Amino acid sequence: MMLLQYAVMRFATMLLTLWVVSILVFVIINLPPGDYLSNQIAELRATGQAEGVAKAEFLRREYALDRPIWEQYLIWAGFAPGPQGFFGLIQGNFGWSFEFDRPVAEIVGDALWLTVLVNLAAVIFVYVVALPLGVLAAAKSETWVDYTAGFVGYLGLATPNFLLALMLFYYGHKYFDLPIGGLMAPAFEGQPMSWPKVKSILVHLIVPTFVIGTSGAAAMMQRLRANMLDELSKPYVETAIAKGMKPSKMLRKYPLRMAFNPFVADLGNLLPAMVSGSVLVSVVLGLQTIGPYLLTALKSQDQFLAAFVLMFVALLTLIGTMISDLLLVLLDPRIRMGARD
Amino acid sequence: MGIQPSNRFVDTAPWTDDADLSEIARAEFDAPAYVLVWRKFRRHKLGLISGVFLLLCYLILPVAGFVSPYTANERSADYLYHPPQGINLWHAGDFIGPFVYPTTAQADLENYRWTYHTDETSPMPLEFFCEGAQYNLIGLIPSDTHLFCAPDGATMFLWGSDRLGRDVFSRILYGAQLSLTVGLIGITVSFALGIFFGALAGYFGGRTDWIVNRAIEILRSLPELPLWLALSAAVPSNWGPVAVFFVISIILGILDWPGLARAVRSKFLSLREEEFVRAAEMMGARPGRVIRRHLLPNFMSHLIASATLSIPAMILGETALSFLGLGLRAPAVSWGVMLNDAQNLASIEIYPWTATPMLPIIVVVLAFNFLGDGLRASLDPYRT
Repeated sequence: MMLLQYAVMRFATMLLTLWVVSILVFVIINLPPGDYLSNQIAELRATGQAEGVAKAEFLRREYALDRPIWEQYLIWAGFAPGPQGFFGLIQGNFGWSFEFDRPVAEIVGDALWLTVLVNLAAVIFVYVVALPLGVLAAAKSETWVDYTAGFVGYLGLATPNFLLALMLFYYGHKYFDLPIGGLMAPAFEGQPMSWPKVKSILVHLIVPTFVIGTSGAAAMMQRLRANMLDELSKPYVETAIAKGMKPSKMLRKYPLRMAFNPFVADLGNLLPAMVSGSVLVSVVLGLQTIGPYLLTALKSQDQFLAAFVLMFVALLTLIGTMISDLLLVLLDPRIRMGARD
Repeated sequence: MGIQPSNRFVDTAPWTDDADLSEIARAEFDAPAYVLVWRKFRRHKLGLISGVFLLLCYLILPVAGFVSPYTANERSADYLYHPPQGINLWHAGDFIGPFVYPTTAQADLENYRWTYHTDETSPMPLEFFCEGAQYNLIGLIPSDTHLFCAPDGATMFLWGSDRLGRDVFSRILYGAQLSLTVGLIGITVSFALGIFFGALAGYFGGRTDWIVNRAIEILRSLPELPLWLALSAAVPSNWGPVAVFFVISIILGILDWPGLARAVRSKFLSLREEEFVRAAEMMGARPGRVIRRHLLPNFMSHLIASATLSIPAMILGETALSFLGLGLRAPAVSWGVMLNDAQNLASIEIYPWTATPMLPIIVVVLAFNFLGDGLRASLDPYRT
């Protein structure tokens, strides 16, 4: 019961946060002077195309861009009736992209799932890599295993994501014949899901996952190692060794469980960085996630598209953080029993 | 000092009973904190080396124009995409000092690119303290003396030249001026905001604490890069490079403060219950004074260590923004702007040296990480 209550509370907090985020996003998006349409109108006027102006003016009214900014926000979010009545984010209308001249939902459609997929793959990669390496580095601390792992980790932290992406891409293609660019072979784009398509996506995922996950895995590994080292110096470990337990079983049974908590809790820190990375890497590698859309939208002031992408990215991290919090509660009875304020 | 027949050393000075035996030990106990910190830091070899390296890097910044053979936007139109040239010392078995071989460009009409032919018969010694293109020393004093430059009739592209025939080595030095200071300005902003909000939350507690805490949580749960992108997209495109530079560094700082604020807050929460704080308050010190004089100095060193660790994130952030074309823009030169040219696979394949700026980025970021680790390990000298 406690757990359910906590989950509901946590969900409510998330919604509240999302609301604040939506205000933040809307303000940021509207920071640049003017908007896509007013820029377009000015351009059309300058070139003397009167009929275009009429259409743009119509769109401006249709999307309430001629109203004060707070009213625009309320209409966009769906808290207030716009020209088409209550029809905003919470009613499932993501807005209109002026740049592509199509509804936002239609443009980003597939990209949303691919974004989730890429990030999920990267998170799994981080845990799969960081867990054994971190434990190994701690168990064999101050040997060459530890130093190598540490050095590789530092290098992973220090190399800019996008460069790593370019390099891996180049060498991956040259020596391992990995595909270049995109998330699937061009032939599969727009096709329904099928086994070859899934396979193509998986092969294309290798490099992006590695690139996005590396710095996160490095950081995670370092922290797990530090936590493990703390635990390894405790008396109960000595007791376990003294009674003749096998080192591998001892590690698994006691210190790892203790060190596991921060490992899970870290997902909250990891995810924002990860999603950041995936946006950048998607742009460089030409993945069909929402990263490239964000960049074009920001550059051309296509405000609804940019705002939606930002909202989606924020939602992704918020959900991830919530899941990590819930997992933590499931995992650790001390937290579950209300040691929390 | 005398030597006994048994080869033992014995101090012959008269011995008195009054000498305070604990004096030697006292010197150790009374040593000021910075001596202890330094003593501990010195043993952290990697941190020490990184610190010296970074110091050198920052010392070069004001005189980058003097050290580099070319200026940042000086073009050698006849030498586009020139591969890196080595500086040689020996020619045909004779030592003749540092020199380069002249090269000539040939158009490769089959692959549509320039190829360079090196003439290995005529070594051309480098010139030192020579006159070259004009630049401003420390940004103020006009000068045209360069530490070394190419001899007439030859070029000296240590790390090659780029798309427009500009020297990559010189551009990296000039780029360092922006790329390295972005982190410093950003961290100053983040420091100020972090300490302000962290102190506010930690010292006053209650509702203030709640509000600040929620703000921290929200900002921390958002992915940084998209926000950076959105904010820097808001910078008007007609602003000058200097203004853009400052705005970008402030943007980087604005989104970085929550981590610092959280650290400050938790320290304040524990420290504000201490007697010395109570004493100061009872003597009528205002909150501002208590925070500045009594609380902050207690963990300033910690804050500096954690600040050192967040500078790399800002350097990488600037690089990423400029790389995507939303940060600094040409004619400003930064490492990110330079990498913007190396964006596609073709240029990495054919002209790998255009990606050279990644080396200084990696090295500097690593150095900051090591320095931060060293500082963090040594800044608490009283802990054993």
